[in-house]
Amino acid sequence: MTPSETATLTAVPTLTAPRDPRVAAYAEHFERRVASLPGEGSVRELRRSAIERFCELGFPTLKMEEWRHTNIAAVVRGDFLPAPEHAAVTASDLEPWLLEGCRHAVFVDGRFRPELSALGEPGDDAGAMVGSLATALSGADQGLVSRHLGRHLGFDDHPFRALNTALFEDGALVRLRRARVASEVVPELAPKPLQLLFLATADATAARMNFPRTLIVAEPASQATIIETYATLGAGVTFTCPMTELVAGKGSVVRHYRVQAESTEALHLAAFASYFERDASYTGLVISHGGGLVRLDLHAILDGEGVDFRLDGLYVLGGRQLADHHLRVEHKQPHCGSHELFKGILDDQARGVFSGRIYVHRAAQKTDAVQTNRNLLLSPEALVNSNPQLEIFADDVKCTHGSTTGQIDADAVFYLRSRGLSADAARSLLTFAFAAELVERIAVPALRRQVEEVLYDRLPGGELVRAAQ
Amino acid sequence: MLKVTNLHVGIDGKEILKGLDFAAAAGEVHAIMGPNGSGKSTFAQVLAGREDYQVTAGSVVFDGQDLFEMAAEERARAGLFLAFQYPVEIPGVSNTYFLKAALNSILKSRGERELDAMEFLKLVRDRVKLVELDESLLKRPVNEGFSGGEKKRNEIFQMAVLEPKLAILDETDSGLDIDALRVVAKGVNSLRNEERTFVVITHYQRLLEYIVPDFVHVMVDGRIVRSGGKELALELEERGYAFIEQEVAVG
Repeated sequence: MTPSETATLTAVPTLTAPRDPRVAAYAEHFERRVASLPGEGSVRELRRSAIERFCELGFPTLKMEEWRHTNIAAVVRGDFLPAPEHAAVTASDLEPWLLEGCRHAVFVDGRFRPELSALGEPGDDAGAMVGSLATALSGADQGLVSRHLGRHLGFDDHPFRALNTALFEDGALVRLRRARVASEVVPELAPKPLQLLFLATADATAARMNFPRTLIVAEPASQATIIETYATLGAGVTFTCPMTELVAGKGSVVRHYRVQAESTEALHLAAFASYFERDASYTGLVISHGGGLVRLDLHAILDGEGVDFRLDGLYVLGGRQLADHHLRVEHKQPHCGSHELFKGILDDQARGVFSGRIYVHRAAQKTDAVQTNRNLLLSPEALVNSNPQLEIFADDVKCTHGSTTGQIDADAVFYLRSRGLSADAARSLLTFAFAAELVERIAVPALRRQVEEVLYDRLPGGELVRAAQ
Repeated sequence: MLKVTNLHVGIDGKEILKGLDFAAAAGEVHAIMGPNGSGKSTFAQVLAGREDYQVTAGSVVFDGQDLFEMAAEERARAGLFLAFQYPVEIPGVSNTYFLKAALNSILKSRGERELDAMEFLKLVRDRVKLVELDESLLKRPVNEGFSGGEKKRNEIFQMAVLEPKLAILDETDSGLDIDALRVVAKGVNSLRNEERTFVVITHYQRLLEYIVPDFVHVMVDGRIVRSGGKELALELEERGYAFIEQEVAVG
């Protein structure tokens, strides 16, 4: 948006006019759109307090601790227009990203597109029901959504969670039902994984923005696998500001993958907020190989005893890509485990940022937490800022963290060469192996193959590794 | 097969090999013994193509070719194999995958047909028996979590699959108990033939009871100072390295 669009802002009495005209432009955009945005009553109030909070917080700057390695000037200065209502997208456009053996819900510029989605046969959705969040807000699920949306993890300290909450037009509501006993005994009867594909359409003549919102409510004892894929269609700058919330009920079991596969022109500032009740189990993997500027804020609150939380990450970056993963895990109750392993492979002038914080509240005795970040630099110009941290207020816990950044092990290269592999093949094999530890954990075969293909394409000498498979 | 003439090698400006002469013909088994720090492992690493060392003088001819004109992988493809003193752990790369890639790159460089998965599996099953290595280790990442004995047996197993012309065993016996030593020696002995040359580097005579060499050489301070038959190893065992070091100092 251009600053000139802010002319009518002073007419809005509920807002304190922000000093920064670029912030004010979003506030003005909000006022123009709010009446047509889905959700009334408490949801609309939530939106209003969110835009107010965004105006107070403003855009983060490099002077702020949480943002000091990530320059988002391209977002601040960008003149983004909302993507058109119904961008023309055909089934063949989706092919590169759709995963075999999964059900698909497709969102174009943040809006649900049922005609592009394949949600399976009726009854096939046992375990995971998915639909448009906007539809849910005007229908029977209104109560469910307003009970959870933005309620467990607010937007007080996070401008882009606030911005998404204020401006989202649509997205996904995923409701996980109690697991069928049969699926636990007979794996073939287990529901298929659910893929949420978020496509941002790009236009070379005008930068576009979209704000997809996803709410996943895992009911007690439910079980499902969910994959979020973010991708770009066409050439041009896009600003995607998505937010996904997971509310995991007692004893629920959620497997979650998040794939960043957008174009290198994409600006992507995203939040994943998760909230866990007693004995919930979560296994997540974030894969970031796309996007030009990517920031992910991953925040988990373990608010019941016996929660088992594992969130891993793999970022593979080249060119001038920047990916920033900010992770915060809050242990609020005793006997919870959290494990995070984030690995980065960086080539060219790519930049990676990892900031992880495990926060153990006083009550969270017997916490078992391990956080590790490992980076492999393939180029002398690649750079990583890694900062794992612990804040512990309980006295009977086991917490460790660590970080390493280095090049390919020269001893290993020599060992492989001494067996006849070329220097290039040895290096690419070792690079692939660095990622393999995480790739092997992908429990959805089609996704594992897709990620392997990305690695073959992206890593130097990847075709040598592919050929040797 | 291998002819080393007046080899001088240093690292970080410090000379380690100081005019080494050595020759081995096809089908022979040579043992190189010597005290710690005499340059045995440096010799092995330089032959395999480690680039950290500087060769300041001398020549090495391997199978009619100038070894120093060849990169490490070219030496391997030409049939040179080093069993490492400290095999490297490679997380994320399975033993089988690694060995198949290695074997096929060697076959390809010789213009021979590469093995498919089934042919390779058959070969591996056959050779793994030679070293009594648990087949489950083949699926595991290279050397990761292997015991010391398993790592050494894995080296011999790789040798059995790659079938080199010249095999250099760098202290393959160190850290092995007597049972593991027997297994390793059995593997080596089964690969002995008229074409294949072995250079067995060891600190102890013990290994040579199981792998009986045709020639024994003593290396001291970067040179071969004494050569003889297998009885030289026994003499060393009885009298220690000190007497030879004294002889060298006096002589």
